[in-house]
Amino acid sequence: MNRRDFIKIGSGGAAGAALLGGLTTDWYGSYENRLENPDTDGDRVVPSFCELCFWKCGILAHVKDGRITKIKGNPKHPLSRGRLCPRGAGGTGLLYDPDRLKQPMVRVGKNGMQNFEAVSWDTALDEVADKFEMIRQRYGPEALALYYHGFGANWMKHLFKAYGSPNIAAPSYAQCRGPRDVGFDLTFGSIVGSPEVIDMQNSRCITLIGSHLGENMHNTQVQDFATAIRDGADLIVVDPRYSVAASKAKYWLPIKPGTDIALLLAWMHVLVDEGLYDKEYIDNYAYGFDQLEEHVKPFSPEWAYPRTGIEPELIRRTAHLMAGARPASLIHPGRHVTWMGDDTQRSRAIAIVNALLGSWGRKGGFYIPSQLELPKYKYPGYLPPGRQAADRPNASSFPLGDNVLAQGVCNATIPGLAEYDLKGWMVYGSNLPTTLPDPKTTYAAIQKLDFLVTIEVLPAEIAGWSDVVLPEATYLERCDELHNPNYREPYVAVRQEVVPPMYESKPGWWIAKELGTRMGLPEFFPWENSEEYGMSRIKEAGLDCEALQKDGVILGKPEPLYFEEGAAPDFYTNTGKIELYSTRLAEHNFDPIPVFTQPEEAPDGYYRLLFGRTPTHTFGRTTNNRLLSEVYKENHVWVNRGVALKWGLKNGQRVYLQNQDGVKSTFTLPVKVTNRIRPEAVFLVHGYGRKAKLLSFVYGKGVDSAELVTRYKVDPIMGGTGMNVNFVTFIPADEEAANPGGHADASTENKEVTA
Amino acid sequence: MSEPRYAMVIDTKTCVGCSACVIGCKTENDTPDGYTRDWIVTETRGTFPDLSMTITSQRCNHCEDAPCVRACPTGASHYAEGGQVKVSRNKCTGCKACISACPYGARYLHPETRTVDKCTFCYHRIATGMTTTSCQEICPTTSIVFGDLNDPDSEVVDLLARRKYFTLRPDAGTEPQVYYLI
Repeated sequence: MNRRDFIKIGSGGAAGAALLGGLTTDWYGSYENRLENPDTDGDRVVPSFCELCFWKCGILAHVKDGRITKIKGNPKHPLSRGRLCPRGAGGTGLLYDPDRLKQPMVRVGKNGMQNFEAVSWDTALDEVADKFEMIRQRYGPEALALYYHGFGANWMKHLFKAYGSPNIAAPSYAQCRGPRDVGFDLTFGSIVGSPEVIDMQNSRCITLIGSHLGENMHNTQVQDFATAIRDGADLIVVDPRYSVAASKAKYWLPIKPGTDIALLLAWMHVLVDEGLYDKEYIDNYAYGFDQLEEHVKPFSPEWAYPRTGIEPELIRRTAHLMAGARPASLIHPGRHVTWMGDDTQRSRAIAIVNALLGSWGRKGGFYIPSQLELPKYKYPGYLPPGRQAADRPNASSFPLGDNVLAQGVCNATIPGLAEYDLKGWMVYGSNLPTTLPDPKTTYAAIQKLDFLVTIEVLPAEIAGWSDVVLPEATYLERCDELHNPNYREPYVAVRQEVVPPMYESKPGWWIAKELGTRMGLPEFFPWENSEEYGMSRIKEAGLDCEALQKDGVILGKPEPLYFEEGAAPDFYTNTGKIELYSTRLAEHNFDPIPVFTQPEEAPDGYYRLLFGRTPTHTFGRTTNNRLLSEVYKENHVWVNRGVALKWGLKNGQRVYLQNQDGVKSTFTLPVKVTNRIRPEAVFLVHGYGRKAKLLSFVYGKGVDSAELVTRYKVDPIMGGTGMNVNFVTFIPADEEAANPGGHADASTENKEVTA
Repeated sequence: MSEPRYAMVIDTKTCVGCSACVIGCKTENDTPDGYTRDWIVTETRGTFPDLSMTITSQRCNHCEDAPCVRACPTGASHYAEGGQVKVSRNKCTGCKACISACPYGARYLHPETRTVDKCTFCYHRIATGMTTTSCQEICPTTSIVFGDLNDPDSEVVDLLARRKYFTLRPDAGTEPQVYYLI
């Protein structure tokens, strides 16, 4: 018997009925029903910033009769420049989602059945504080871990640091961009961060490796990408899939999945062998060129051809193209880069080619960011945690992993696998069963927990496994931490409460403060509310609070962006130079210059599982958003036309996917028969196949790629989990087995004409 | 000053088909669930790996010779200021003749009002002095430009003079006023 059963929220009568239907504003568009002023929606407009993804674009939320009718880009905000991606425009679909969590709930057992009971905030918070105190007394504060994703987590991170736990983990590191940041840090002594410090709008040549800009809609980045295309920049796209970006490219290199390092080594070979690299830049700034020159000698385009499937002539031509545009020529470092387990080395290879092109610190390459500095709020100092995080098997594992590994925290929850056991989790905005690889381990870890509390807006799967569920207000209903990122223009932006929280939901800052007070940490929450907290920092910085609240943003003084403008060529590496040869990797007995290892081939009848994005969704965070789903409501599996012919699969036919370990998808999804993908691989959009019934819209639509990721390869350098190492086959579904989900999208049409 | 002739120019070179225009329109114009006034069409040609793809953000073409206006028995569908094709809701009986006549599938019967709805080139914005449609305002790739073809200084005139373009279904003889740059 499981200690913890999955509770279908609402089955115990806890959740209320759907309260709200569609928007109730006027239906305008003809003469008779004209709106008084579409610029203000006749009411008020509140500046804030978005949380539909993690880019944090400035928004203007229009309110009419107390309801948000539409969300526009804030023209004054440097990340939106008045424009938004579809998700940002669809924020009301989250705010008015009838499936939202509506009140705090606690797990109760009665007659052998477990159920959620709706309780008051006081009861729920007392329960959480009691359990945290119990864990602290029995096992120490380090036995409690925080999982988080999203900007609102700042309050919870603060709470956990005050409490004294080192186990604060975001899957956005080891399951997403960690290897890239480590690879660039090893090379340039700086990370590319978020927003990435890429000067795409000034580039003359942009190379994308598996980055599907345009399908991945980080607003400013796509704006800059479009500007580059409009201004005639050349585009090289390396992708097993004919992505939207590939369709804009001068050269599409449909590479065999997992062989990118071979291509990158061949490009280095051509740049060095033909003397096309930036000699002056390398002489001035780089360390280890001689070793690199020696290293890449054998890796000719002819060597790379059988490995990558890319013809030597094409490798040469693309190398010449990127070299011809240098230094305004860059290889995009990517963002979700946990593919094959050698991802830090691939990121290193990308960084090295960028160094050879002389693009770091140069116009059209990578700019040097600056930050509007704000004084920190004066808290008492955090006490250093008594122990190291428990996220790795021993102290010497993953020596260059500089963040807590989310999958490691999960492993440490299973007794005996780490230096000490974890006993409790708080999960903020991160649906772990669809986020971490190998969900079986996640579920096993959950069964071992003494206590699990989830803070969420929607009844995602993780909520059903929790002991306490706390309903958070959406980003449109709360004031948050200030945002002052490293960017090309320094600025500070504010998130403001546009409308009061619906139901009994509460903002994260309030939840953290209430918990902190109950846990005997009131000195860490001396402010009345987040607005007072933020504005005291703004005042301290000598900035104008009213202007910030009115405009949503205050711009700082621009700093030089490029070396040629006076930005300092500082490289925070061991040698103080760009390390083509990594001294730190050498110290730790890793390859100091990347080498290529052949990826495993698919078993017969199986295809490598690749997953990614569609522009209207941020994986499972938005797939229940009914407004966004008018464009895309269920994922498809992309199958190469030849493969589909072999299998007799028809376009739109529903199939189950089953992986190499015999794990079959819970639901089915339609096949997309297409010429737009290599025969070795299939592709689907992440965030579907949801099993939580209370996500009443997306439940049962499509297939969850995460449940098929039962294997992963750990990056030995930093602990990232390479997840593109699974293979799937098709099991055609009977007509009756079709899921509850439909697959006709109101506003998209895809035609393929085979010439 | 001459009578305006409104038109829209959409750059297929930069459009990534993200559907911001679709979601932006849905909230700006509060269209009912399951219906949109604009939509994305992706057309792929060729076989792997020799492929090409065209992405178009589509909507009512505000045709100069509009089959919907000819088909409308009550005069509800009509040409308005600037050559825009509009539907007067108080004259529309919901007979759907215009829906059948439109070669672009741009019209739908609104499930609540039971009258026909479609893109208005954001008349409610333009008539109150704004210069952009909502799809243009939101577009992250700046691919959508609305303007007056009779104004020699307008961006639409400049774009059509400088760039190659196509229109949808020229064979239908409708003289569409949404232009796609290539």
